[in-house]
Amino acid sequence: MKNTSVDGMETEEKKSKKEKIPRQQMPEQTPGVRVKNFDEVPLGYSEETAVLEAKRCIQCKKPGCIAGCPVDVKIPEFIQAITDGKFLEAAHILKETNSLPAVCGRVCPQEEQCEKVCILGKKGDPVAIGRLERFAADYERKTGQISIPDLPAPNGKKIAVIGAGPSGLTIAGDLVKLGYAATIFEGLHKAGGVLVYGIPEFRLPKAIVEAEVDYLKKLGVKIETNAVIGRIATIDELFAEGYDAVYIAVGAGAPVFMNIPGENLSGIYSANEYLTRSNLMKAYLFPEYDTPIVRGRNVAVIGGGNVAMDSVRTALRLGAENAYIIYRRTEVEMPARKEEVHHAHEEGVQFKLLTNPVEYIGDEKAWVTGMKCIRMELGEPDASGRRSPVPIEGSEFVIDVDAVVVAVGTMANPIVPATTPGLETNRRGYIVVKGESGETTRPGIYAGGDIVTGAATVILAMGAGKQAARAMHAYLSGK
Amino acid sequence: MNKIVEKVALSENVVKMILEAPAIARKRKAGQFIVLLMDEKGERIPLTIVDSDPERGAITIIFQVVGKTTAAMAAMKVDDYFSDVQGPLGNPTDIKKIGQIVCIGGGVGVGVVYPLAAALKQAGNRVISIIGARTKDLLILEEEMKQVSDRLIVATDDGSYGFHGFVSTVLQNLIDAGEKIEEVFAIGPVPMMKVIANLTRPYGIKTVVSLNPIMVDATGMCGACRVSVGGKTRFTCVDGPEFDGHQVDFDLLTSRLRMYCDQESVAYEKHKCGWHGN
Repeated sequence: MKNTSVDGMETEEKKSKKEKIPRQQMPEQTPGVRVKNFDEVPLGYSEETAVLEAKRCIQCKKPGCIAGCPVDVKIPEFIQAITDGKFLEAAHILKETNSLPAVCGRVCPQEEQCEKVCILGKKGDPVAIGRLERFAADYERKTGQISIPDLPAPNGKKIAVIGAGPSGLTIAGDLVKLGYAATIFEGLHKAGGVLVYGIPEFRLPKAIVEAEVDYLKKLGVKIETNAVIGRIATIDELFAEGYDAVYIAVGAGAPVFMNIPGENLSGIYSANEYLTRSNLMKAYLFPEYDTPIVRGRNVAVIGGGNVAMDSVRTALRLGAENAYIIYRRTEVEMPARKEEVHHAHEEGVQFKLLTNPVEYIGDEKAWVTGMKCIRMELGEPDASGRRSPVPIEGSEFVIDVDAVVVAVGTMANPIVPATTPGLETNRRGYIVVKGESGETTRPGIYAGGDIVTGAATVILAMGAGKQAARAMHAYLSGK
Repeated sequence: MNKIVEKVALSENVVKMILEAPAIARKRKAGQFIVLLMDEKGERIPLTIVDSDPERGAITIIFQVVGKTTAAMAAMKVDDYFSDVQGPLGNPTDIKKIGQIVCIGGGVGVGVVYPLAAALKQAGNRVISIIGARTKDLLILEEEMKQVSDRLIVATDDGSYGFHGFVSTVLQNLIDAGEKIEEVFAIGPVPMMKVIANLTRPYGIKTVVSLNPIMVDATGMCGACRVSVGGKTRFTCVDGPEFDGHQVDFDLLTSRLRMYCDQESVAYEKHKCGWHGN
C-alpha cells in the first residue's frame, strides 16, 4: 500500500512514521511589518515545533551531516537530545565543537552543508538542522543556564589571535579548552568582527553575538579591543612578549570599488561602511546614537551577494522608497543565499538584473543624483563556470539615486602582512598557508578565514579556526 | 577605558586633554592619530596625537567643538573616562633632515603641526613656523610652537595679534624675501591647505598636508575617508594621513566633509536642548 506525502512524492508507509511529519516552518515577521523595523525576521521554533522537527531525524548509523559541517557538530546527538526534550543538553553537545551555535544556527548556509547531505533530502525535505541548532542555543541563553565545561589545567603556553571575528573566536575557544592562554587582539571597539559590523540586526541580533562572546570570556579567552596589530604591536613584538604562536584572522576587510567616474561623490558608500555605520555604530538609531547615516529615498546597491542583500534590506528599513539591487548577471548566478534573495523580494526590493553601472552623476554639491548603467547579456562561461556578462553597446540608461552602496566584494587588508617580514602573500594579498593546517611561511604563525580564502562564509572561517587549533596544538605539543 | 588626567581650555571652543593610554604613548610616532569613543552610543572620532609621555603613560589630544560629540567631550572632566581609544593609527610622518623647512598651522591645525615641527626640529632641520587663527583669542600653542621652532611667525585674520592677514601671505612674503625653503608642512582648514598648495606649486616646493576626512573604522575597512590624490583614490587612514598637497583634490575633500552637515546640526541642536533620546 502506498500513500502520497505532502510534496507529492510517493513513500512507503511502513518505512517510517517519522517521514510523515513535514519539515517545520519557522514563523517570521510579515514583510510589511518587518521592513519598518530592525528586529530579527525569523522568530525561531517553539519547544513543540522543535521536538516535532527533531523527530524527523532518522538517526542514521553513518550520518553524512557531520561530515557536511565544517566544525564537526555532532548533529544526530544534539537532535536526539531535542527529541528527548533535553534542550540544555542539546546546547551543550553543540558547544562541544561549536563555540557560536546561536550565530551558526542563523547565518550558516545549511542548505549547502549539513542539510545538503541529509538523507531525508533525497526524497523530500532535509531535517531543519540550522533551525534546531538555533533553537537549542537560544533555549540555553534565554533560560540563563549557561554552563562552563571543565577545563584542563593551564599548560603555560600563550597564543595570540589577531581578529575577534568568527575564525578568531573559534580558535581561541578551542585553544583554551586545550589548556592554552588565548588572547584575542581586536582592532575595533567590539568583538565579533563581521558578526557585529557586517551582518544586520534583523539577521543576527547583536545581543546574541555578545552572549556568545561572553561565553568565550567565561571560558577564559581574553579579548583586547582597540588593538590594531601592525600598529600598536607587530607580530614579532608579540613573540618577544612571550606568545608561543600567533593566529591571523583579520578577514578580508578592505572594500573593493569599481573605479568608475564619480565613485567618490557624496552619498556613495562601500557596503563595509554602510553596514558598519548601521550595525556596529547603530546609525539606524541616530540621533539617539551619534553616528549618522544617509537615509536615501532612492538607494541602489551594486552586487548580488549576501552583503548586497543585507545592504539593500537595510536601506529599506532606513526608509528608502525605492531600493534596487543592480546586478550584472541574472538571479540564477547570484551568490547570495536563496533565502536572503527571497526575503529581499518579499520586502519589495527591486531587482535590476543584467545591469551594470558605468558612471555616477552628481549635483553642484557633489552629491550623487544619478547612476548611468549599461544593459548586459550573458556570454560564454568564465573561469568560475558562470556565464560572463557582456555589455550591450548603446544600451546605457540613467537611474535616479540619492544613495549608492557598492557591494562588489572585498580584498585583503594589508596592515598585518605588511608589518610581518617573511609572511608570504599571494598576488591578491591573501596569506599563503599549507593545506588545511593554516600554517604560514613563518613557523609559529598560522592564518585562516577570509584573509586566506578571500571573502567566504562565517562557518568556513570557523572551520579554518578549528583546523588551525589542531595544527597549532600539535606543533606546540612537539616543542 | 581611558581616563582624562588633565584638561585645559585653549580657547573658547578648543580643548586640550591628556589621556591615560600607556601602550599608545610608548608606540606613537609624530603624525599618527587615534580614534576615540565617549561611550556606547558615541561616534568614532579621529584625532591627531599632539604629544605623548611614555613615562607617564599619557597622550595629548586637542579638539575643537564643532558638533554634538565634540561638545559633549568638552563637557567631560578630569577623572572621567572615554570608553575606547584606538591607536596609534595612520603612517608616521617621514622625519628626516631636509634643511630649512616651514611648518604652517591654521586654527586647531596648530595642534596637528606641533608634533611634526618638534620631530623635524629634533632631526636637525631649521624650522620656520607660521601659525594663524581668525583672531587672537583663538590662537593656540604659541609658546609650545616657539620652543620647537627656530623662528615663529604669528598671523591673525583680523590683525588682533601678530601679522594682519593669512598664513599663506606670510609664506608668500618669506618666499619673496628669498628664504630658501626645502619643504612645507601645512595643516589646517581645507581652504588654507588648498591655498598653500597652490602657492607653493609654481615654486616647486614640496608641500605635505595632513588630511582630516570623515572616518569610521580607521583601519582601511570602510573607505569613508577616501580622497583623490594624483587622480587615484586613496584611504586617508591607511595610506595617509599625510599626502603630497600638490596632488590632493581639496574640493572633493570639502564636499565629502559636508556629507552629514544636516544630520549633525539636528543632533547638535537636540544635544544643546538637553535632548537625551529615548
